[in-house]
Amino acid sequence: MANVISDETIEYVGILAKLELSGEEKERAKKDMADMLDYIDQLSELDTTDVEPMSHIFPLHNVFREDVVTNGDDSANTVKNAPQEKDNMFRVPRTF
Amino acid sequence: MAKEYETVIGLEVHVELASKTKIFCGCSTAFGGAPNTHTCPVCTGMPGSLPVLNKQVLEYAIAVGLATNCDITRYCKFDRKNYFYPDNPQNYQISQLYLPICRNGYVEIETENGKKQVGIHEIHMEEDAGKLIHDEWEDCSLVDYNRSGVPLIEIVSEPDMRCADEVIAYLEKLRLIIQYLGASDCKLNEGSMRADVNLSVREVGAKEFGTRTEMKNLNSFRAIARAIEGEKARQIEILEEGGKVIQETRRWDDAKEYSYAMRSKEDAQDYRYFPDPDLTPIVVSDEMIDEIKAKQPEFRSEKMERYKEQYGIPEYDIEIITGSKRMADLFEETTAICNQPKKVSNWLMVETQRLLKEESMDPEDIRFSPENLAKLIALTDSKAINSSVAKEVFEVMFHENIDPDAYVEEKGLKTVNDEGALRSTIEQVIADNPKSVEDYHNGKEKAIGFLVGQTMKAMKGKADPAMINTILKELL
Amino acid sequence: MELLNLTAVKLAEKIKAGEVSAVDAVQAVLAQIEKTEETYNCYVTIDREGALAEAERVQREIEAGNLTGPLAGVPVAIKDNMCTQGMLTTCSSKILGNFIPTFSSEAVVNLQKAGAIIIGKTNMDEFAMGSTTETSAFGATRNPWNDAHVPGGSSGGSAAAVAANECFYALGSDTGGSIRQPAGYCGVVGMKPTYGTVSRYGLIAYGSSLDQIGPLCKDVTDCATIMEVIASHDTKDSTSMPREDYNFTEALVDDVRGMKIGIPRDYFGEGLDPEVAAAVKAAAKVLEEKGAIVEEFDLDLVGYAIPTYYTIAAAEASSNLERFDGVKYGYRAEDADELHRMYKRTRSEGFGPEVKRRIMLGSFVLSSGYYDAYYLKALKVKALIKKAFDEAFAKYDIILGPVAPTTAPKLGESLSDPIKMYLGDIYTISVNLAGLPGICLPCGLDEKGLPIGLQLIGDCFAEKKLIQAAYTYEMARGAFEKPAGREE
Repeated sequence: MANVISDETIEYVGILAKLELSGEEKERAKKDMADMLDYIDQLSELDTTDVEPMSHIFPLHNVFREDVVTNGDDSANTVKNAPQEKDNMFRVPRTF
Repeated sequence: MAKEYETVIGLEVHVELASKTKIFCGCSTAFGGAPNTHTCPVCTGMPGSLPVLNKQVLEYAIAVGLATNCDITRYCKFDRKNYFYPDNPQNYQISQLYLPICRNGYVEIETENGKKQVGIHEIHMEEDAGKLIHDEWEDCSLVDYNRSGVPLIEIVSEPDMRCADEVIAYLEKLRLIIQYLGASDCKLNEGSMRADVNLSVREVGAKEFGTRTEMKNLNSFRAIARAIEGEKARQIEILEEGGKVIQETRRWDDAKEYSYAMRSKEDAQDYRYFPDPDLTPIVVSDEMIDEIKAKQPEFRSEKMERYKEQYGIPEYDIEIITGSKRMADLFEETTAICNQPKKVSNWLMVETQRLLKEESMDPEDIRFSPENLAKLIALTDSKAINSSVAKEVFEVMFHENIDPDAYVEEKGLKTVNDEGALRSTIEQVIADNPKSVEDYHNGKEKAIGFLVGQTMKAMKGKADPAMINTILKELL
Repeated sequence: MELLNLTAVKLAEKIKAGEVSAVDAVQAVLAQIEKTEETYNCYVTIDREGALAEAERVQREIEAGNLTGPLAGVPVAIKDNMCTQGMLTTCSSKILGNFIPTFSSEAVVNLQKAGAIIIGKTNMDEFAMGSTTETSAFGATRNPWNDAHVPGGSSGGSAAAVAANECFYALGSDTGGSIRQPAGYCGVVGMKPTYGTVSRYGLIAYGSSLDQIGPLCKDVTDCATIMEVIASHDTKDSTSMPREDYNFTEALVDDVRGMKIGIPRDYFGEGLDPEVAAAVKAAAKVLEEKGAIVEEFDLDLVGYAIPTYYTIAAAEASSNLERFDGVKYGYRAEDADELHRMYKRTRSEGFGPEVKRRIMLGSFVLSSGYYDAYYLKALKVKALIKKAFDEAFAKYDIILGPVAPTTAPKLGESLSDPIKMYLGDIYTISVNLAGLPGICLPCGLDEKGLPIGLQLIGDCFAEKKLIQAAYTYEMARGAFEKPAGREE
């Protein structure tokens, strides 16, 4: 069962993942993804009817914190690594 | 003949919960604050940071679910909703899709045709986004993450509403329930309650729903009502012209009274939800629910019953006062100090309502303290100020929460109780107004009112009208 | 250089006894780095001055009797995906090429409290995605046993640094074998603890449900000692498991009598190098002679672990790596004046090909219409794999096998065929899917003179059994050879 990845699919995944591939990269990505999906498709050989999907391995649950303020003004650290900063805020291309 | 249309409306209501800290970190949720001062590695998506759930958020969400007749999901999880936007520091929002905390509830609203149930499809917990500020000077946007990670619940209704009035009634009901729980202050103008409207139209009698649109950016009841009318008209027009409504998200511009589509090519609306591996599942036990129920504050109906017995104020007053949690709290706290329920109620019923209306304020925004209202009542009780001065003082207090004792002292507003001074002022008024004196003697009772007024004016308002009356009659 | 050949624990003993100082140790390591780092490229960042200053401070604390732990004063290297406050942390990626964390990972904090001295940050496959340390944006690391070969990955820099005596021990992270496999390739000891044992706080996530931090070191005693320091219940990590017993060194006992060891037949099938197979079987024989009950059994679903792993890891990675967008930290493409163009250029220029490949795959398997067929299916198979291990551990205390099908390949041989590269993870990957602990220690050399790794896998929370068996084997095996390159 060979998967074929179309240009549209690569384009669409690029929008989701915010990646822009060059022509050459795109061809490579199409092949790699198709190969990987072919490979992953072998999972369909297994009957998983009635199997609960396991998102968490351990039955660890109800991990909470109390509603107590523990953090003070950390703004200097928050913007310390900002590629572009203004007035203690992150500067980005206009959004609207 | 023109076709008749019916509007079908469902709501997605976001409510900011009143917890002291954010949903996944120990940063304060307090409003205001300079940009990014309420942030830490967790709520700014720093590499390596991890979320830990605030227990209070879960408890509020369950409390709202119980109060809206929902089933509580006994095994629930958080999911990641993936989309890129700068106000979302991780570029995924931690939310709930597959197993939301509450499902299948309803609230009852009053409509023109009597009571009606509006179904609640689900309530889920999620984190709020940061704030984007447009910088006109540099034509860029600036991101402040103070609101990032503030806990929200999203209450998703069934498409059970048919007109703007029902929508408003539903929102008011939700707001009252949530305010009573203390789970949020639900201020539309400040964004602690936000409603997105899903609306479609169909021909009356049609079985299928029409294609719906989702409208965002509705920050007042008025805007919601107008947006509903506007969108309804827009969709009907499309259908009348033989077109098709497109399923899309639209942004309402209340100033222009118009909504516009928010779609762009880069916005695929494919959120790739999956269970967040950084957070453990939640198991809600019977004990947890019992505990939350035990902690639940008094509901409105219980309060109304108690007011009747405990305070003996009229039912009309009770209706108005308990219509807002803030008002009810203010009433109870003030009464606890001065023990004069009827007087407290009067201030809240008359002057407070008047000023709220004048300023188009929400009762939640009332600034004066119960202590100060109690002091004002004491000042009138002791006749230290008369009622018109009291109203004047109240107005200042309403706006600035001044201490009435200090204010009255400072402004010299105390009633003059010096009978000698009052008597000589009245003598002067009688001397200055012979016509009115004559009218009075000729049986025109009304003339005395004029003379009292003149005396009050000469006393700059600082006199006890009853005392003026007595002395006047005596001198005349 | 006798000092450099000491294990971490032995060095700490000498420091405590006043025979050498922490400063001596740091200077020795820095001198070694000076000599061999140009060849091996183990580090992304070397903090010479910081390490010397810290060594002086720690030495004073040791002398004052304030630091008495078994690792006090010992120089350590940290994989570059663990945040270190004030020290560059890149994940060997251009996109974090200038990122200086404002806090340290919990594991690093635990080490520092115990008097560890951080020499620097080790090279790795970019964002831990790879098995060779060749996907690093800062050049490949080379294997100290033979510098034409890879050190393995993704914690290749950490493994090579230990093997090359460029540190006394190191921390790595293991998402699908990233500690155990490079430990095997470099002839050192590496342990991946049970999921939730070492806090992930401050570890820059690749596959959050699979990632664990663990030690790479010279022997099993060091391994248990380091585990004792870095393992903790951390309330900042919701998936951190409170454990009753953190006393791992207690298990340093030379005895496997009665211990039941299972060898999965499926681990010795096609693709396994015969030299590796022979060395591993010989190691099993050693344990059997020491009194363990060793038998072969059928472990189900071995072949399915790889597609399951790559689906889950890629999905989680696609989401975990969304935060690298040019807004808050790290690289940002210049001259992109429109938001989405800025995102796309930043990420396309900032990430390398392997990372992009996995992000694309992960985004796809989660996308509308494919979630059930791929992602959900993988979560179901994961449940089956976990069940297969549960059944195995009902019968055995330990599962024994190779860590990788071959010894370290040559540089440049692996990256051209991704699936072939992924197949190399077959023995390590299911351990992460099931959250199990695993240890790798050297059990021989192939005819090229490259180390062969023995892997022991335990049930959840059974690190102590692993340590005991590994220690017993190590005692029987005797001191392991050293790479020629690091001798004087």
